[in-house]
Amino acid sequence: METPWLWLIPLLPFLGTLLNALLHAGVLRRRQQERDLMAPAVAVPERLAGWIGTGAVALSFLVAVAAFLRLKALPVDERVLTATLAPWIQAGSLDLSWTLSIDPLNAAMMLVVTGVGALIHLYSIGYMHGDKGFCKYFSYLNLFVGMMLMLILSESLLGLFLGWEGVGLCSYLLIGFWYEDGEKADAARKAFIVNRIGDFGFLIGMFLLYWGGGGSLNMSDINAAASQGAFSEGLATLAGLCLFLGCCGKSAQIPLYVWLPDAMAGPTPVSALIHAATMVTSGIYLVARLGDFFAFAPGVLPVIACVGAATALFAATIGIAQRDIKKVLAYSTVSQLGYMFLGLGVGAFTGAVFHLITHAFFKALLFLGAGSVIHAMHHQQDMFKMGGLRDRIPITYKTMLIGAFALAGVPLFSGFFSKDLILFETATGHTSPWLLWLVGAGGAALTATYTGRLLALTFYGEARFDPQKTKVHESPRTMTLPLMVLAVLSIAGGLLGIPFIMHPLADWLDPVVGQATLEVRGEHHPAHGLEIALLLVGSAIAIGFLSFGLRHYRRSPEEQRSRADQATGLLRWLANAWFVDALYALLVTTPLKILAILSATVDVFFVDGTVNWVARRSRATGNDVRRMQSGGANDYALWFSLGAVVIVVGLLAGTR
Amino acid sequence: MSAFLDNHLLTLLVALPLVGSLFVLFVPAGERWLRRWGLAFALATLAVALHGYWWFDSTTSGFQYAVEHPWFALPGTEATVSLALGMDGLSVLLVALSGILMPLVLVAAPGGIKTRIREFVFWALMMEAGMMGVFLAQDLVLFYIFWEVSLIPLYFLIGIWGGENRIYATVKFVLYTLVGSLLMLVGLIRVALESGTTNIPELLSRDLSVELQGFAFVCFALSFLIKVPVVPFHTWLPDAHVQAPTGGSVILAGVMLKMGTYGLMRFGLQMFPAAAVDWAPVLIVIGVVGILYGSLLAWAQRDLKKLVAYSSVAHLGFVVLGIFAFEPTALQGAVLQGVNHGISTGALFFLVGVIYDRRHTRQLKDFGGLATSFPSFAFFLVLATLASVGLPGTNGFVGEFLILFGSFPGHEWAVAFAALGVVLGAVYMLGMCREVLFGRVRKVNRDLKPMQIREWVALTPLAALMLWIGLYPGPVLDRTRLVCEAMSARVQPYLEQTEEASLPEDSESSADTKSNLLNPQGMER
Repeated sequence: METPWLWLIPLLPFLGTLLNALLHAGVLRRRQQERDLMAPAVAVPERLAGWIGTGAVALSFLVAVAAFLRLKALPVDERVLTATLAPWIQAGSLDLSWTLSIDPLNAAMMLVVTGVGALIHLYSIGYMHGDKGFCKYFSYLNLFVGMMLMLILSESLLGLFLGWEGVGLCSYLLIGFWYEDGEKADAARKAFIVNRIGDFGFLIGMFLLYWGGGGSLNMSDINAAASQGAFSEGLATLAGLCLFLGCCGKSAQIPLYVWLPDAMAGPTPVSALIHAATMVTSGIYLVARLGDFFAFAPGVLPVIACVGAATALFAATIGIAQRDIKKVLAYSTVSQLGYMFLGLGVGAFTGAVFHLITHAFFKALLFLGAGSVIHAMHHQQDMFKMGGLRDRIPITYKTMLIGAFALAGVPLFSGFFSKDLILFETATGHTSPWLLWLVGAGGAALTATYTGRLLALTFYGEARFDPQKTKVHESPRTMTLPLMVLAVLSIAGGLLGIPFIMHPLADWLDPVVGQATLEVRGEHHPAHGLEIALLLVGSAIAIGFLSFGLRHYRRSPEEQRSRADQATGLLRWLANAWFVDALYALLVTTPLKILAILSATVDVFFVDGTVNWVARRSRATGNDVRRMQSGGANDYALWFSLGAVVIVVGLLAGTR
Repeated sequence: MSAFLDNHLLTLLVALPLVGSLFVLFVPAGERWLRRWGLAFALATLAVALHGYWWFDSTTSGFQYAVEHPWFALPGTEATVSLALGMDGLSVLLVALSGILMPLVLVAAPGGIKTRIREFVFWALMMEAGMMGVFLAQDLVLFYIFWEVSLIPLYFLIGIWGGENRIYATVKFVLYTLVGSLLMLVGLIRVALESGTTNIPELLSRDLSVELQGFAFVCFALSFLIKVPVVPFHTWLPDAHVQAPTGGSVILAGVMLKMGTYGLMRFGLQMFPAAAVDWAPVLIVIGVVGILYGSLLAWAQRDLKKLVAYSSVAHLGFVVLGIFAFEPTALQGAVLQGVNHGISTGALFFLVGVIYDRRHTRQLKDFGGLATSFPSFAFFLVLATLASVGLPGTNGFVGEFLILFGSFPGHEWAVAFAALGVVLGAVYMLGMCREVLFGRVRKVNRDLKPMQIREWVALTPLAALMLWIGLYPGPVLDRTRLVCEAMSARVQPYLEQTEEASLPEDSESSADTKSNLLNPQGMER
């Protein structure tokens, strides 16, 4: 159904970008006039920018809700809304337009992005207060939401790719928001480049799909072509792996996850919105959206499952040894994204999307909570220098507690339902079910442990800082309100799918991913006994390890701190993230850089050297030959006779 | 008025700058007025060019606005050289680009050009006349004349207003290009002798003998490849760019290099299709090597202008790849990417000029933190960087994507390596931004003169074009569609011949298995 006003959803944030950019230009102008480059954004533009930014996203959310209701009113198998704005690229056989298309899957995504996005914008008003780039920040953040919506809502893979790289750009700009710190600027650049490696795979995958039988870049066409067997097996596998490489970049999976922990250099609300709730889930969305294609691409889904499981466990091991509160959450995000891919890989498309949604709620909550903690602690991020914050910032404490329970998978919190759905489907899947389940369950145990550790070190025990010097205060209302809303969502999110009782999300997504699920998993065989057993095991793991983490670190933070300071043995490996960054530098970055410098040397001395040698040789030859014209009659006579001989000999040879 | 304009459009495009240059040479006026006169002529040319762009008929692949006056009979042949001009989908964008860049160069000139203004304006307009002539000429001899005419002004622009090592650079540039031009002259003479005509549309419609094509292609293509330039003929470029004044660099990168890619399409592909098919594998490899090697070189540079210069080598590698894939989409991408490169690299050179005027250095290590002290500069630099690395939504993406997309069938490996260049592009361009813009701002970089009005005027149109072509490339692409389809169709018969010839002997060649991958039926067979 053609619904032109769908375009309001991405265009409103873009409008916000523009207005805030103008505000920022005004601030810059004033600074230039006052010759003070460092002055903060003054009160009026700051308030205006905050409300324009938040308002644009909030309005976009309202339009999204309207679109959702419109979609819901349609009969189940006709649930698609489209809106075409204008042609985009028409060349050769390619015919792409600016078209949005909303189906149940991206409708869900759209609500999460605009809803959580609006909350995080609101939070940012408080968090970024007084920053000299306040208006610019909101301009970037609006741009991000707009690009994310383009990613989600575009009908064609290329439109998705526009959003895909667009959010990468915003991520780059926002990680490097405080670019005066060189390390932060480096982190931004790293994020962009690692993502570009993934995008390389995305591009090639797109070409393979188009030329290898799809004949279109529209995702619905590709899915349809796959169902009709248009792709050969080898091609589908290759194309699927290429696309998955793109997902590994954007959604921070092994081997391309390394940018995400560094991305914590950005302002904390950015970490919450971009690097936890929305952008990093793009890869999951892509696989789910092309579910029918992936279902027909043998060999790809098992790879996705294994990479996901490996990442889930691997990142969790690192998370357990980090002392920066944001780094813990960053590795936790990598790990949780791994669970989502594990779900996709075993055909639990609904489960993956479910976890995506609940994760968006509780991880955004945890990041915003961490931001509130950091705000309260005056930019202290080392958990060993916190402690005892429980009573000092009660709202933050209580809401974060809810988020932590959801992350750890404590029964009845949202994360419990979604994670256990993935683990259950893993155990009943076709890809080495028990091994993958074991890896997933191990990861869950580690998750619960580091969550407990985080709570214990931050909120419990004695204050390990000087309360006289560091005046801890609860954050302003604009910051606590989003925390409370997200806390409610982190509990209520579970209602989207409670085993045996209700599964509205599965019903809602069925028209989109049902076919693919059936294709991968075969007929659904209820296994109630197993499901109950696994739920119980999951609960036991969550509660057991969470309380272990809490107790262990609550009791002896000082001892843990000195151990962390010394960091020997295994702890050293964990704290340094298994030295993967150093490994990549050794294997990839440094050799390439050496190659570049080598090329430059070769270019100057050999390639250009040859050119200059030819030039010098010509001149030298000219110089030599010049001597023939010496001015002496004897010489001329000599050259004359020699020349005559040559000509005569030549003529004789010619006549013979 | 409009009829007059339509009838004399192309004549005006060449004549206006030519007359303008002579006018400026003799008019008694002060420096300010000289520049204004020059600008007036450049703007008039731009207006005519835009008129031609606007009313360009996208529904035909032939030459439009054509004019022809017999000039002289070529001795020894039946050929008559004529003053013939015409514009088709290959030239219309380049004409518009030249028209746009020249006024911007004149506007921004006072930043770097402080002496001998009269000569500067004279040479600049003369160069514009030459460039317009190259893109419009419909006669081989006329083409050759314009080709050389456009070379000489740059010789003086670099030689007079260039940097310290300007004489070395400009002599190298001229000699190197001249070697190519003379080869082209040899080829040209043989074509004229054997075919008995120098009229380009006439030659394009003929199927010249394969032997003649082979000979002429090598002569012409070598000249063009030097001009583009491709690896390994590129080493004049960084020297010329580093020594050239800002305006010279902008025109050199923006338009002059496109004369090479234009020639490759007009002559290499349209006039000598059989030879183009023979040489395509080599040229595709050269293009891809250019992308990767150029990127690596750019990465290793410590001089901002050299970095941008080497990035040109990489970008034009994409264009060469797109041309010799012979696929209409890729050809459209190649035409567009030529224009894109002119816009984004033009903007980058302007920006290098902006910062050089203030800091009198181009070393990356001397900058840092400019985003704080010079935010308007940072905005434009980041935007130009994004266009240069081909971020979707900017013009660079549309061009790069169409090239890679169109070239893919049949050249999977070439495209895969070329796409690696997209990654490397981000590496060196963002590395540059990191060093120039970010980090703590040093004292020397703290108090920089804010962006001047003339600098805004020079950069804003380019920035707008980056976004406009990126978001709504339709009108631009439409104008190139038919001519690219015709070009691709022209090559097709020869392509099929070679494929038939190569099939029986090595059916297990790698090219074959690759095409099987994209063709499930082939897989089953």
